[in-house]
Amino acid sequence: MRRGKYPFIIGFLIVPVALYCTFVVAAYLQTFQLSLSSWSGLGPIEYVGFDNFTKLWHDELFWKSIRHNIFLLVLLPIVTIILAMVFAFLLNVGGGHRGGTTRGVWGSKVYRVIFFFPQLLALAIVAVIFGRVFGPDKSGMLNGLFPESWKPWLFLADERYAMLCILIVLIWQAVGFYVVLFSAGMGSIPAEIYEAAALDGATRITLFFRITIPLLWNTVQVAWVYLGIAAFDAFALVNIMTVDRGGPNGASSVLSLMIYRNAFEFSQAGYASALGVVLFFLTLTFAALTLRVTRRDSVEA
Amino acid sequence: MTNLTSSPGTEALPVVKETKSAGRKPEAKREVKAFTGLAHIALFAWALVTAGPLIWVLLASFKSNTEIFLGKPFALPEHFSLDTYFDAWGEAHIGRYFLNSVIVVLISTAGTMLFGSMAAYVLARYKFFGNRFIYYLFVSGLAFPTFMALAPLFYILKNMGLLGTYTGLVLVYIAYSLPFTVFFLAAFFKTLPYEIEEAATVDGASHTRKFFQIMMPMAKSGLVSITIFNIVGQWNQYLLPVVIMTGPGAESKYLLTQGIANISTSAGYHAEWSTLFAALTLSILPMIVVYAIFQRQIQAGLTAGAVK
Repeated sequence: MRRGKYPFIIGFLIVPVALYCTFVVAAYLQTFQLSLSSWSGLGPIEYVGFDNFTKLWHDELFWKSIRHNIFLLVLLPIVTIILAMVFAFLLNVGGGHRGGTTRGVWGSKVYRVIFFFPQLLALAIVAVIFGRVFGPDKSGMLNGLFPESWKPWLFLADERYAMLCILIVLIWQAVGFYVVLFSAGMGSIPAEIYEAAALDGATRITLFFRITIPLLWNTVQVAWVYLGIAAFDAFALVNIMTVDRGGPNGASSVLSLMIYRNAFEFSQAGYASALGVVLFFLTLTFAALTLRVTRRDSVEA
Repeated sequence: MTNLTSSPGTEALPVVKETKSAGRKPEAKREVKAFTGLAHIALFAWALVTAGPLIWVLLASFKSNTEIFLGKPFALPEHFSLDTYFDAWGEAHIGRYFLNSVIVVLISTAGTMLFGSMAAYVLARYKFFGNRFIYYLFVSGLAFPTFMALAPLFYILKNMGLLGTYTGLVLVYIAYSLPFTVFFLAAFFKTLPYEIEEAATVDGASHTRKFFQIMMPMAKSGLVSITIFNIVGQWNQYLLPVVIMTGPGAESKYLLTQGIANISTSAGYHAEWSTLFAALTLSILPMIVVYAIFQRQIQAGLTAGAVK
């Protein structure tokens, strides 16, 4: 029966595995190798031990970038999940109940379609749009909306607000996706549970906190991981939208941008790889922490 | 719509009266009404926040530079002319970038689906030495951020002479899409029934034939979801093209995301904002059309990854 099994298996696996090993596995392995070298991208590779990491430790921009990544890592999931949760709840349960069933608000389908759309736009295009929305003069959308007498806000050109602008754009794009995701989750919660609670006189707020959130906890955790990964990226936004790419004065620099610029603009392939290694361990820590939290919560629930 | 930062109605959820259990009927009714009203306000506000910037881009694409600098972002343009669109299409090469993106994504998604489903199928349904190792090799790719390996990837492509070529870009797209595709489809293939496959074996169908004529059609719903997922993901890719499509003469090979970013930079130098807005509109409109047609499938496809 299993005649010709091995030729078939090899035939099916050889191309995908070869592609994957050449462009993905090899690249990741070389990152670790190059992180111990002072390679500029040309000529022979010289190994310098952990020099790159010592240099990192004293690099002010590196610490700034880490702080910015952590800023996004904490706030992006929290704000996005709260907003998406509330909107999803309003869409699904907001319409009151008639004949014993809880309904969504009127027009909930239209809302869902509109909310989701930004998810389809490339982050690069979103970055170009919001670069103009945050324009520092009257041509920017927000400054155009402000009263005539106000002095134009600088937004991205202001060191204090640059990261906040980036956070807002990421939230703007992400919320709709999670509204749809949570809506799907809420749809699978049996209506009887809501009915029973409503019969007992539970208000909407109680329903939300006592029934919806606990039953959606798994989806929330998935959302947390996804948003965390997005927070580590943000390259397109920072590269396209910000002043001086990561500026002003490093106020919006993130790790991904540092890797890109060191590798391709400052001819520091070794240093860029060292940054890559740091990023790898940060991601790993984030994943481990998330798993840890997951386990504890599932015990509590 | 005055302030993007306002998070409409999140914390302002109505703290409706829970007291007074006597005469609950009218109370409850009023509560529902108030709640529904506030729900509508919050939802409508977020819809405005979502659509506002896009509407603004559309309006501004018809305006002259002077009009744009007047403020009043949501005023209608003085006159409608398509000149800015011709500029964006011709001088700014939006048409070409768009076509480039379409070609690259068509080929790379097709390749991803073919190789991804082949690998996933074998890994999900055949026992052999090294199966688990290869599977985990693929899946571990999910844990690594793409830009971690940028520098080595660049030099790998350079050594192979693939820098600045669509071949290189397509191969890299496929390679980096494989982890999720294999992960998702392997789980999917595992759920398919074994009986039909066994019947086909008894009838003498070869392994290859079973895959293409029996398993692929049975896996259609999973394949559709993951195809949409890959199309959207690859269409929106910015980092990889920026790294790979470099070198002499690369500008004519730019993809849409790269091209738009490029136009945005040069628009800043020449203060040709309306051309930029027209270019943006041209790149958003097809997405809206596609979304309008395939709305349900797209939402299902993109969220499928998260539900798994």
